[in-house]
Amino acid sequence: MRTIRIGAGAGFSGDRIEPAIELAERGALDYLAFECLAERTIALAQLQKLADPAAGYDLLLAERMRRVLPVAIKNGVKIITNMGAANPMAAGHRVAAIAGELGIGGIKIAVVLGDDVTEALRGSDLALMETGETLADLGSRLVSANAYLGVSGIVEALANGADVVITGRAADPALFLAPLVHEFGWAMDDWERLGRGTLAGHLLECAGQITGGYFADPGKKDVAGLARLGFPLGEIDESGAVTITKLSGTGGAVTLETCKEQLLYEVHDPVRYLQPDVVADFSGVLMRATGPDRVALSGARGSERTGKLKVSVGYRDGFIGEGQISYAGPGAAARGQLALEIARERMAIIGVTASEWRYDLIGVNALHGERGSAANSEPNEVRVRVVGRTDSRRDAERIGNEVETLYCNGPAGGGGVSKSARENIGVGSVLIDQSMVKTTVSTIGARVQ
Amino acid sequence: MKLREIAHARAGDKGNTSNISLIAYRADDYERLARDVTPARVKAHFGAIVTGEVVRYELPALGALNFVLDGALAGGVTRSLVLDAHGKSLSSLLLDLDIGAPD
Repeated sequence: MRTIRIGAGAGFSGDRIEPAIELAERGALDYLAFECLAERTIALAQLQKLADPAAGYDLLLAERMRRVLPVAIKNGVKIITNMGAANPMAAGHRVAAIAGELGIGGIKIAVVLGDDVTEALRGSDLALMETGETLADLGSRLVSANAYLGVSGIVEALANGADVVITGRAADPALFLAPLVHEFGWAMDDWERLGRGTLAGHLLECAGQITGGYFADPGKKDVAGLARLGFPLGEIDESGAVTITKLSGTGGAVTLETCKEQLLYEVHDPVRYLQPDVVADFSGVLMRATGPDRVALSGARGSERTGKLKVSVGYRDGFIGEGQISYAGPGAAARGQLALEIARERMAIIGVTASEWRYDLIGVNALHGERGSAANSEPNEVRVRVVGRTDSRRDAERIGNEVETLYCNGPAGGGGVSKSARENIGVGSVLIDQSMVKTTVSTIGARVQ
Repeated sequence: MKLREIAHARAGDKGNTSNISLIAYRADDYERLARDVTPARVKAHFGAIVTGEVVRYELPALGALNFVLDGALAGGVTRSLVLDAHGKSLSSLLLDLDIGAPD
């Protein structure tokens, strides 16, 4: 049976680049997909685009493409990525320019548009699922609204012969499902196959998280070679069955354990994994180790899509100010605790108003609060962390500044202050009818300069 | 005995909800997980960290449970003031659960 080989070149926007090059060089790949958009990434990109209309795409796009494109084109590997973020068209032109600089001519770069529904939803009475605020309530604080697109635009681009496909917001698994739909001609109501292809995409989309990244726990789960972690590739056949593997000689491991952890990663009800094109069902998935670093998966299913698309809404959400300082040695925790008490009193004295505060001792209670069995043991080092949510940048700055005064005015032996103040972009979500989104594809040719 | 002795876990985030998989190393231990690690116990173990409900999904063929902890991310990764806004470290808190003597 014919098999398509798809590699995962990135699992997030800041991911390592060498593993993608290795995959393009010797993975015998048909496709290399780069998933680079987290929930907030696109909202931040929208802000960049507001400041500079030519910006707003992934900050590593140029570096990634300079390094990967020559190898990929030489080996006939097509690239699919959501690195277009808030400005896929500008990203497409940038890639075309890079191809030109590299002397790569005659390639087609396709840009998928239509995910940006900011203007269509501005002032809408749709309410954010997380806070209940409506988009009308957000008013001018609204920064972005991007719908998670399914495969249709990418499939159209591939049918047009694109060598590189650039999208904005698309469902992560769609970057992998689309080439399967294109290559195998799966019908868009073949729920079983769409469900299986979604499984393949879901397993691959976080790249190193299925090859031993986000996994090692020395003594319980040992993984060799994480500094040279190999990214995964999937071999998917016409029935949708997938084998996950990685290149020989790379670090990491593909095992039943890594695959099980990734199968359930960011999944709620495994029977209903909601996607734009299908509701995938992972509940009956079976796994078999079929060789070193090879796991075969079958048994995914699918059912009819909901007809709704999830939209990520970015909005200006006030400011966050933070200050940290460390204490060590005998009595470190008590001095850290004293520092927190002083800081709390100081915030009241100088009148910093914040709608929410955190007073943490890193090393004691910052991650798990008072839970955790080791919470009562005496640490040798603690780090005081004071954070507040404010309405103004000035107030946010005053938080870190006040923590800094603990150098000369706080407990003994406080060192290593760091402070920050930033505007926060919150992200919420709404659902819209699929019919509200019109996907279009634009093709750019690369010319050798 | 801590859960960490017989199971591994991974945390993921969506909005203000954390999901934590709990996977038996040996298929034989799945029944014990299913018996002992109830949603109520997980909710109690996480204390103030989880403000909403804990729902459990069962995947016996994989020897795995999937816990969905609503309101566990202090407002969600894009709003939270907590150090680990994604709640990545919450999997380790689940594995810290004491489930008594080995069978």
